[in-house]
Amino acid sequence: MAEVASLKVSVWRGGEQGHFARFDVPARENQTVLDVVTHIQRELDPSLAYRFACRVGMCGSCAMTVNGRARWTCRTHVRKVVDADGALELRPLANLPVIRDLAADLAPFFDKWSRAHGTFQPKDARDGAVPDDFAVVPPASKQRREADAGIECIGCAVCYASCDVVAWNGDYLGPAALNRAWTLVNDVRDGGRGERLDAVAGDAGCHSCHSTQSCTERCPKNLDPSAAIAGLKRVLFWDTLLGRR
Amino acid sequence: MDLRARSHPTYLAFVVHRVSGLLLALFLPVHFWVLGTAIQGEARLDGFLRWTDNPMAKAAETLLVVLLAAHLAGGLRVLALEFLGWRARQKDMVAASAGIALLVGLVFLLNVV
Repeated sequence: MAEVASLKVSVWRGGEQGHFARFDVPARENQTVLDVVTHIQRELDPSLAYRFACRVGMCGSCAMTVNGRARWTCRTHVRKVVDADGALELRPLANLPVIRDLAADLAPFFDKWSRAHGTFQPKDARDGAVPDDFAVVPPASKQRREADAGIECIGCAVCYASCDVVAWNGDYLGPAALNRAWTLVNDVRDGGRGERLDAVAGDAGCHSCHSTQSCTERCPKNLDPSAAIAGLKRVLFWDTLLGRR
Repeated sequence: MDLRARSHPTYLAFVVHRVSGLLLALFLPVHFWVLGTAIQGEARLDGFLRWTDNPMAKAAETLLVVLLAAHLAGGLRVLALEFLGWRARQKDMVAASAGIALLVGLVFLLNVV
């Protein structure tokens, strides 16, 4: 980024229908996009709606569309994304209803985690009882490694907002929910495999994925939801072919 | 459509795979029509094949071969991702698919010109 004194920030105002409002924000040496939004809300326009919590890349609540790409704003340095003339364009996440300004409604995103059976179902204690002993899961086992690959998802919805299939098919479960399903399919302690695979096998499930890999490209945690979806496709293919489901 | 969100190699590979598939599907009826002329007599087919010796037809033919190779290589890449779980080095695989397609086109061009 060229050294500019101030950033020219265009911020989405309104709901689904709205407009860009223009703000000038002082440029700093070290400055995240979330810092810019916070400056606008605290110093320039207190009516601006946006969402954040942890500010350190753990909670997954501050994601927005920054210069056309979905990003976690608390860990995105302005200098990495700003244009040469200091222009920043901020919109709410795509593929989700807009509550107001930069705050998108994540309810459909998390509803799909439920539809994908994204909740752990203990094999040994279906009634909720505490198992007698710890489950031993060897760290080097294949299934443990597959589960580990996707376990760090923070639910920021960056993948969901970056996915064209979500835009084309409103029912599509999306990369994060399918990544969660794949993580649980590989959890040897889980007893809900059959129902979960049924839940992700329909038209709105893993087979709708076109492997554009935008989810993998944009995931701020460097997870690979595209590979998780491919894993679900693979398991469903062989289970169906061999009559295991 | 905002291209800023879609400007990465695997998205481009997806577009190439789709578009090449569609263009090949459009070519198929022409291909069958040409084969059909053989039924109506050798002279008619030979006449058409002589017409295809013109440079424009050769260029279109080369493009067709590239499309076919791109669709095949891209399809193998997706199959490797989905059936073998080859998750690493996806961008290299996209580059290799593109390289194979262009190489096949070049070999075809060297043989026909």
